[in-house]
Amino acid sequence: MHEKTIAELAGDLRSGALSSVELTQAYLGRIRRLDPGLNAFITVSEEQALTAAQAADAIRARGQGGPLTGIPIAHKDIFCTEGIKTSAGSRMLDNFTAPYDAHVVERLKATGTVMLGKTNMDEFAMGSSNETSFFGPVHNPWAAAAVPGGSSGGSAAAVAARLVPGATGTDTGGSIRQPAALCGISGLKPTYGRVSRYGMIAFASSLDQGGPMARTAEDLALLLEAMAGFDRRDSTCVDRPVPCYAAGLGAPLTELTIGLPKEYFGEGLDAQVGDLIHAAIDVLRRLGAQVKDISLPNTHLAVPVYYVIAPAEASSNLSRYDGARYGYRCREPRDLEDMYQRSRGEGFGAEVKRRIMIGTYVLSAGYYDAYYLKAQQVRRMIRDDFVRAFEQVDVILGPTAPTPAFDLGEKTSDPVQMYLSDIYTIAANLAGLPALSIPAGFAAGRPVGLQVIGNFFAEESLLNVGHRYQQETDWHVRVPPGYE
Amino acid sequence: MPLEPSQVREIAHLARLAIDGNDIPAYAENLSRILNFVEQLNLVATDGVQPLAHPLDMPQRLRADAIEESDQRELFQSIAPATQDGLYLVPKVIE
Amino acid sequence: MSWEPVIGLEIHIQLATQTKIFSGASTAYGAAPNTQACAIDLGLPGVLPVLNEQAVRMTVKLGLALGAAIAPRSVFARKNYFYPDLPKGYQISQYELPVVGNGHLDIELDGGVTKRIGITRAHMEEDAGKSLHEGFAQVTAIDLNRAGTPLIEVVSEPDMHSAKEAVAYMKKLHSLVRYLEISDGNMQEGSFRCDANVSVRPLGDERLGTRTEVKNVNSFRFVERAINYEIQRQIELLEDGGAVVQETRLFDPARNETRPMRTKEEANDYRYFPDPDLLPIEIPPALIEEVRETLPELPDAKRERFMREYELDAYDSSVLTTSRAMADYFEVVAAQCADAKLAANWAMGELAAALNKAGLELAEAPISARMLGALLQRIKDNTLSGKIAKDVFEAMWNGEGEANAIIEQRGLVQLSDSSAIEAMIDEIIAANPDQVQQYRAGKEKLMGFFVGQVMKASKGQANPQVVNELLRKKL
Repeated sequence: MHEKTIAELAGDLRSGALSSVELTQAYLGRIRRLDPGLNAFITVSEEQALTAAQAADAIRARGQGGPLTGIPIAHKDIFCTEGIKTSAGSRMLDNFTAPYDAHVVERLKATGTVMLGKTNMDEFAMGSSNETSFFGPVHNPWAAAAVPGGSSGGSAAAVAARLVPGATGTDTGGSIRQPAALCGISGLKPTYGRVSRYGMIAFASSLDQGGPMARTAEDLALLLEAMAGFDRRDSTCVDRPVPCYAAGLGAPLTELTIGLPKEYFGEGLDAQVGDLIHAAIDVLRRLGAQVKDISLPNTHLAVPVYYVIAPAEASSNLSRYDGARYGYRCREPRDLEDMYQRSRGEGFGAEVKRRIMIGTYVLSAGYYDAYYLKAQQVRRMIRDDFVRAFEQVDVILGPTAPTPAFDLGEKTSDPVQMYLSDIYTIAANLAGLPALSIPAGFAAGRPVGLQVIGNFFAEESLLNVGHRYQQETDWHVRVPPGYE
Repeated sequence: MPLEPSQVREIAHLARLAIDGNDIPAYAENLSRILNFVEQLNLVATDGVQPLAHPLDMPQRLRADAIEESDQRELFQSIAPATQDGLYLVPKVIE
Repeated sequence: MSWEPVIGLEIHIQLATQTKIFSGASTAYGAAPNTQACAIDLGLPGVLPVLNEQAVRMTVKLGLALGAAIAPRSVFARKNYFYPDLPKGYQISQYELPVVGNGHLDIELDGGVTKRIGITRAHMEEDAGKSLHEGFAQVTAIDLNRAGTPLIEVVSEPDMHSAKEAVAYMKKLHSLVRYLEISDGNMQEGSFRCDANVSVRPLGDERLGTRTEVKNVNSFRFVERAINYEIQRQIELLEDGGAVVQETRLFDPARNETRPMRTKEEANDYRYFPDPDLLPIEIPPALIEEVRETLPELPDAKRERFMREYELDAYDSSVLTTSRAMADYFEVVAAQCADAKLAANWAMGELAAALNKAGLELAEAPISARMLGALLQRIKDNTLSGKIAKDVFEAMWNGEGEANAIIEQRGLVQLSDSSAIEAMIDEIIAANPDQVQQYRAGKEKLMGFFVGQVMKASKGQANPQVVNELLRKKL
């Protein structure tokens, strides 16, 4: 049954061919058996999962519930879950039991999903390889020596290895899309403001957005519909009706114009990845889509802009971890200063400390204008590139990542090289746009992702492109060897 | 512009991060590399471009002035490192 | 050399909202520690701020009352620093684009002179919690109930040149915020706090001297003393050839001096930047107009009207309009007894004294304006003498009932019947022939003696005016 998608499982649960308890037990069994080799989970909440599964079965037995009632999922360990450890992949929060549920968690609970546990991630979502987690790196199910991508690497690996049919992730610079691509699954970063950030531990507030990760675009549609929606506790959350995303799937692509930004196919792109993306574009062309060459001239500036803005916001967002009210406190602090410095020095890992320091530096007196203000100006230029592009095209296509999954340890010594693996994903966060990654083939045995970027709130259109593509291809049904 | 070890120490202090003295050169090198990388922004002409602080082009939504929270002190302090009589305790503030 | 002090004030006003500026937790004063600190106030992971609409309206209201420009678009910024009473490690405040821009406040100085003090800006921000250092060994205890309480910080221009002017400004602003009902202005509870920037310069010099900031001076009296001390200290320093160091100082009321705050931090680098959790605040003209509609008559306008309408002098009008409650009270009393001067005397006299003695606010007074008006009516219609009215006032204060009931119950009606008084006078004249003779010989001071005798005979109930008249006639 772990071979089935959420949509298929929903059918079985509805028909009574399967109970949620059976399904939950099956997945928990797979996690017990297979996760030790992957390290995709930080916490497995077996007991709560079985209780939730029984409740879901009871709802189903009354003839109630929706498509997700009884479906097992996992949450990235950045979403607060009441009564369950919420670590953000950090030693700082290793002892933190969240006293409340994030909005996304609440909503998915309300639809009757069954949470199996919390997935591993780069510490405070800062990383592209899942190697910065305090709980150790996650392995890519397609190649144990390879990274799963990050920061939602645990969710991506868990879904790819069929340890769970769907999971949540967050995406600040590509943290849903890049691991989805590297693990051969589908992932969607919604428009900024589509999904409430309440209870989602902040990395960079103007960039962070929660979204679904699953095997198919259809499953993403089901999950997104449950996750999205107005939340008055997040004043940046947009009050706008949530469409039935699944209902919009299957529409013809004959009216669709696809833009191919020349900057996404230039230097730095792995040749095999490039070929696979072109092949994917051909599939869409055959489905009737028009293809147009476009330019996003400031693309090369996205990574530098991001590495000013994201650390700046993070340096402030992470100031609350001071050892005073919750989280890690160093042993026997001499005085207050010592408590601050050692709790933070010991509680945060090297990459988090680096980013806090970069952020502190670019906001400090004398540097603010040169770095932060400048980055904000260029951020507008990058956004304006997209605004102009969407006057001509409906969606923008390109690779999700420049290469397939790299090896563990390959890029840890040079932060800038690591940052460049997000070169195609970051711009969508800076502009606030929705973007999808779906499997588009394999290079040297490792998965490659196709990225589809849409206009503000055009998730329906993105999911439809993904769904139509997946009706024509079978990359998304491939199972990593050893996880059949 | 490479960062001097003394600057790294200053930044670490401002951010309240204890950094082992042995690690300072490595931090200086990595941080310098990152700053060097982002400095390409200085080559971009941005005269007259309004800074963009936020991707959403909408005003702030406000909340009605109504009490919605109740006392959850016990729950919140159950995860606190040190409390007494409902107060959070921290080492003495030395001013 | 003559020195000119230059003073600017930064005043923090706690807004009288029900809830915090960014959370739905109560702002009520005096709750048990941390029982009003919700997840947002504590800065738990993942929480987000949502701005209180009422705090915005109150800020706009103050801006309008200060004749200031209201920014159509303003921005919240984060001020980053570490302190245990600051849970998030940053304070949400406003930096580059505050809600309220340039405005002014007129203060009255001795001799009826009015002076205009410029307002640089006013902005919204959140308050911090409280650190308790006393009573704990080796540790500091933190209560975050106050964290997130809405504040407006009003920054004045350095337009004041004496402690007296600074106090007048502070009192005027205090009176204004209470008029506007945006703050209870309770200084003991920290609802109205003042930081003073003080410098001195040679008289006639245009350039400002180096200033010091005196923090958290929380009474009018302390502000005056702290500023005077600081002026004197700076002058002495400069006259001895020294230089003023730009620093933050604390006022110690016990020793009546200011001294530098000890701080390890070299220079603060607050790293202000726009809060990415909060989009720009837009205040549309319609909202400004809506708030303008709710503006009450402001102290200056009310004072002018009292002088014009009630023919009161400038002093009385000022005193009566210091608080809106007193002004409203006075107007009810004046209308009821139809004698503004009498109403003013009683409100500022007996009533104010009784409130002061009992330590009560006007709103808590046991005698309502209507009750006092009824009492004064009995003076106006000659039922009571002023002296007896005071007794009745006291009885009313002690909860014995309304004026008329007390008058009736105690039989306190003033005797104005001239035949009855005449009879008493005749008796007294007959009983005191010596004094009568002396009076008639020109010792007019003895009139007082005769009046006293009549009042005594009438148990104080004789109408003194009638007594005077009749005595003069008879003698």
